[in-house]
Amino acid sequence: MAFEIGGKSYETDEEGYLANLADWNPEVAGYMAKEDDCDLSDNHWEVINFLREYYEEYQIAPAVRVLTKAIGKRLGKEKGNSKYLYELFPYGPAKQACKYAGLPKPTGCV
Amino acid sequence: MGNGAKKFMYVNRRAPYGTIYALEGLEVVLIGAAFDQDVCMAFVDDGVFQLKKGQDTNESNMKNFSPTYRALGDYDVNKLYVEKESLEQRGMSEDDLLELTYEDEEDDYKEKPSIRIVNKEELADLMEQQDVILNY
Repeated sequence: MAFEIGGKSYETDEEGYLANLADWNPEVAGYMAKEDDCDLSDNHWEVINFLREYYEEYQIAPAVRVLTKAIGKRLGKEKGNSKYLYELFPYGPAKQACKYAGLPKPTGCV
Repeated sequence: MGNGAKKFMYVNRRAPYGTIYALEGLEVVLIGAAFDQDVCMAFVDDGVFQLKKGQDTNESNMKNFSPTYRALGDYDVNKLYVEKESLEQRGMSEDDLLELTYEDEEDDYKEKPSIRIVNKEELADLMEQQDVILNY
């Protein structure tokens, strides 16, 4: 599968995750979010950027429990809980945010 | 950790690249960590190479997944036993291994080392204490 932004084609897997990590740019995130009827706010971007940094450092997308804890540590308790993260990403914070961030689906996520 | 937690040990005996065992084993540990069990890992034989620092896979076309071991602490997997004899047979010591740490929630989130060097007998005792042992 693939989609196109401004003439450039992006390859994805059957669930819409970007096939090549290196293809990612912020426009890709915006496009994917729009497909899900989701407007990306600064709060969304905080999580997306966090995930990209986490992947860069550890070469994996974190499980939701690990993400929640790490976000709490980095951005404060009021953001490090599943209610806040599910409000931002109703399809599942790890799953949906990882997709917009151009990462593979988190390890162990079905 | 609830009272129903079982003690799991994942034993890693193979070099990180060349077969898929090491990577698959690591992924199983990360997935299993969600189930709140008492998890530890053992590294014996060529398995000690998995924790070698300075891995460079550029010319082998495989992903260098050694940074992922540093995430284990976030997943509450913080007992990584490395067999002393296996290190020595390969001319290695603790200094050749990645520096892996975890934050101890019960001790003011102090960073503590996850790797513990144990000899054959100590490892045998640890194995004796497990409910489940899985080999990769």
